[in-house]
Amino acid sequence: MVDMSVKIGQMVFKNPVLTASGTFGYGPEFEDFIDIGKLGGIIVKGTTLNPREGNPYPRMAETPAGMLNAVGLQNKGVDVFVSEIYPRIKHYDTNIIVNVSGSTIDEYVGVTEKIAGLDKIPAIELNISCPNVKEGGMAFGTSCESASKVIEAVRKVYHKTLIVKLSPNVTDIASIAKTAENCGADALSVINTLLGMAVNAKTRKPCLSTVTGGLSGPAIKPVALRMVWQVSKVVKIPVIGLGGIMNGTDAVEFMLAGATAVQIGTANFIDPAVSVSIAEEINEYCENNGFDSVSKLTGALTC
Amino acid sequence: MSKKRIEDLRIVRNHQLNEDYHVIDLQPAGKLPEIFPGQFAEILVENSQTTFLRRPISVHDVDTERNILSILIQIVGEGTAELVSLEEGDYMNLVYPLGKGFSTDDPGKVLLVGGGCGVAPLLYLARILSEKEYEVHTLIGVRKSEYLMQISEYEKYSTVHITTEDGSEGEKGFVVNHSVFSNLADFKRIYSCGPEIMMKAVAKRAEEAGVECEVSLENLMACGIGACLCCVQKTNNGHKCVCTEGPVFNSKELLW
Repeated sequence: MVDMSVKIGQMVFKNPVLTASGTFGYGPEFEDFIDIGKLGGIIVKGTTLNPREGNPYPRMAETPAGMLNAVGLQNKGVDVFVSEIYPRIKHYDTNIIVNVSGSTIDEYVGVTEKIAGLDKIPAIELNISCPNVKEGGMAFGTSCESASKVIEAVRKVYHKTLIVKLSPNVTDIASIAKTAENCGADALSVINTLLGMAVNAKTRKPCLSTVTGGLSGPAIKPVALRMVWQVSKVVKIPVIGLGGIMNGTDAVEFMLAGATAVQIGTANFIDPAVSVSIAEEINEYCENNGFDSVSKLTGALTC
Repeated sequence: MSKKRIEDLRIVRNHQLNEDYHVIDLQPAGKLPEIFPGQFAEILVENSQTTFLRRPISVHDVDTERNILSILIQIVGEGTAELVSLEEGDYMNLVYPLGKGFSTDDPGKVLLVGGGCGVAPLLYLARILSEKEYEVHTLIGVRKSEYLMQISEYEKYSTVHITTEDGSEGEKGFVVNHSVFSNLADFKRIYSCGPEIMMKAVAKRAEEAGVECEVSLENLMACGIGACLCCVQKTNNGHKCVCTEGPVFNSKELLW
């Protein structure tokens, strides 16, 4: 028997597989396909203080080994989450984490305060890396100064596990990671989508209404792995790796590079049952390679 | 609504209709779930370098007795070309049945209007409506007679009307130029699927005549199950996911 549990902040996860925000709805969308209780955790859709309609259609483009999205944080707002969505999902036998997004520091704090009181939400993931909103979002995550302001403000009002999701669209992700750790983050999600663009030569127009969008899928896996490796070397807090993980082997690679846990994102769109399969495949890898505990994979890369 | 599932279905027939279109009959190992007209499947494309996402494909017909689900595929890119290259005995991996289909609960005289690959969901719709004792008329519009497909299939369940842009068969012109549109108020409902410009024209005429109109949209999508929020359509009630709140919408809801 492999011990599949991992610890992050004050939390214990039954296995290291979480689903990434914006790729798993709130959970009910996947109930026909999997038992959500078999996941380490789910990170629900980015939640803002007020409802957001998101960006105009078209907001998705298929690209080689991946896709671009420019959804722009469409969500019903934190009050609807608390009153309507949370009651429907709080029975899940897994860790439910809310991705907190905003345009201003006050908005991040406002959302966090409303989530903090929910018993079955043991953590938030602070999204300072959304590339698809005009104000805030990624702007907070691309300089140490603005990142520290928002993380410190949220840390003051939030006493449970605080995960910060980092942007890859920076010159030196290690320095932002270090800043986040110093400001009180309990863990880091590495990475959000890479800023990209697609052009339709036939119509001579951009494929997305916003021109640019966030690239995800296997196309970004090497970049994500590199950043997980760089970040995990400079911080003591756990790193949650994501970016193009499609199967158990991909997940193991992220853990070897330094991740304590992983998130499954775009792969959920191709196979809605993949997250549970990945947890099983990681278990098999441990069994076949003599690891009695999955946490021993973390950083086991020999360079 | 049936529970959604991921399943490998065996290809029992791959029938090429013309240069661009194939009808593929699929059979699961067990029994097909209940499927409603207008619903669709997300089909996995294997062995394609450029195709990353599944392809959303309408349910073309369901033969419950023979346990066969048929899809109509138009070759538009590498993904669909790969799908139609599969042979009898091969398998396709489907996530299905997805979406909310057409209304089929208040019998009367109805008109189905399709153009291009948009005819795909209308065959199964015609079958179900005729079983429910609707008086079904189907109007199919194409550029020229060579593009007409499966007319005899639609004739099993409905009175078929045809328009061709060059006048090579049926009435000459676009679908909305057909004489059936001069008595639109006789119909209880119009169902339409095809190019957006055609559906808009049909919906406009239906609204002018005070007839309810349902259209089936084909927005680009990733997941097909309401998770990614990529396929949204602007409606009078905000952005709605075409994959879960559609693909069929009452035309009056749409801001298009």
